[in-house]
Amino acid sequence: MNLDQFIEYFADLLDETDSENITATTQFKDLEEWSSLVALSVIAMVDEEYDVEFRGDDIRNSNTVEDLYNVVKKKVG
Amino acid sequence: MAKITFQGVGIKAMSACVPPEVVYNKDLGYLIPEEEIEKTINNIGIEQRRIAAPDVTASDLCYKAAQQLMEDNDIDPASIDVLLFMSQTPDYRIPATSCLLQHRLGLPRETMCFDISLGCSGYLFALSTAFAYASMQGVNRVLLLDGETFSKIVNRRDKVDWPLYGDAGTATLIEKGDYGTSTFLLYTDGSGEDVLKIHAGMRNPITPDSCVEREREDGNIRTDLEVFMDGMDVFNFAISKVPKSIKLLLSETDHTIDDLDYLVFHQANRFMMDFFVKKLKMDPARVPYCINKYGNTSSASVPLTVASELVGRLDGERLVMMSAFGAGLSWGSALMPMRDCKISPVIEY
Repeated sequence: MNLDQFIEYFADLLDETDSENITATTQFKDLEEWSSLVALSVIAMVDEEYDVEFRGDDIRNSNTVEDLYNVVKKKVG
Repeated sequence: MAKITFQGVGIKAMSACVPPEVVYNKDLGYLIPEEEIEKTINNIGIEQRRIAAPDVTASDLCYKAAQQLMEDNDIDPASIDVLLFMSQTPDYRIPATSCLLQHRLGLPRETMCFDISLGCSGYLFALSTAFAYASMQGVNRVLLLDGETFSKIVNRRDKVDWPLYGDAGTATLIEKGDYGTSTFLLYTDGSGEDVLKIHAGMRNPITPDSCVEREREDGNIRTDLEVFMDGMDVFNFAISKVPKSIKLLLSETDHTIDDLDYLVFHQANRFMMDFFVKKLKMDPARVPYCINKYGNTSSASVPLTVASELVGRLDGERLVMMSAFGAGLSWGSALMPMRDCKISPVIEY
């Protein structure tokens, strides 16, 4: 798995944010359209693309897109 | 996992009752920023819900549904051998609400009655209990009443829970007959007890302090007597367990997803159900929804969905899968051939 692909998947979940504005260092919780429902779509995405179970705390304890990627990477093993 | 099969018992009739008061999610401006309301409604798929009046309980809604079912199917009260009441919102802590319903419905003293309590998955566990009793010698008919009034245990300033829940009562009549094989897969994982919980009980005794509204995570307001749900953890739990259990039940019974006439989900939220449908590659036309009208009615949602959406569509023999999940954590699926099941249209009380 690689970070660029993950960023692309993440950016695809957002309707109102230009995908060019999403990078590894994006503080995703500061995005205007971030909400608990977008969080659910992140959980669905990592289940579908990586077959990984995300817990609420995995998202709560992450700040940047790369933080999320690192959690997935650790769980994929 | 408990895998249970039954032969020669099935569902003869179903009915449901909802309160007349409609609450619209578009009016949640006091709880959710106006610009996010429409998006939230689209995501959870809930435009409106039914809320019981302060003096109306789950057992009242079930009573009305049961009366309707017995009237429409000409059922003699004396023919009911077992009455089960499944709810997390019973009338009293003591006695069991099923006893009150026995008396109110005019069922004989020979009727065996008891309550079952579980989460939103409760209908399937209660239905397996009903099938088990109906399979026994000495029992011919079981009346299963499943109703919830979550409006009484959800705080109106809890933005996770309040937009979701609605109230409903249902009745299901199970009896011996010329029915094919039904199969249930039922699961439990108590390590997830904190994901969906009401704090106050015997472990944390109720004191005047339990009734005090406090600000909790993300600004949600609630007392210790009201429901807490970690939406993200419930979602993660459901998407990782539910499609797998449905696939396993299909393979264990030598069926494919295309064999199903209907797949009835617990109406948790639309986003989640759409995810299941996509993941299972199920034809969406065969997945009934009533969440837009009634919201998440907890354990009553599976029978409410059948009564609301499959009325007139269960003539002849239909292969139906039901799947539900909730607090406990607890989840399960049931696959059954339904034959000429008589559905009474949803009534109001």
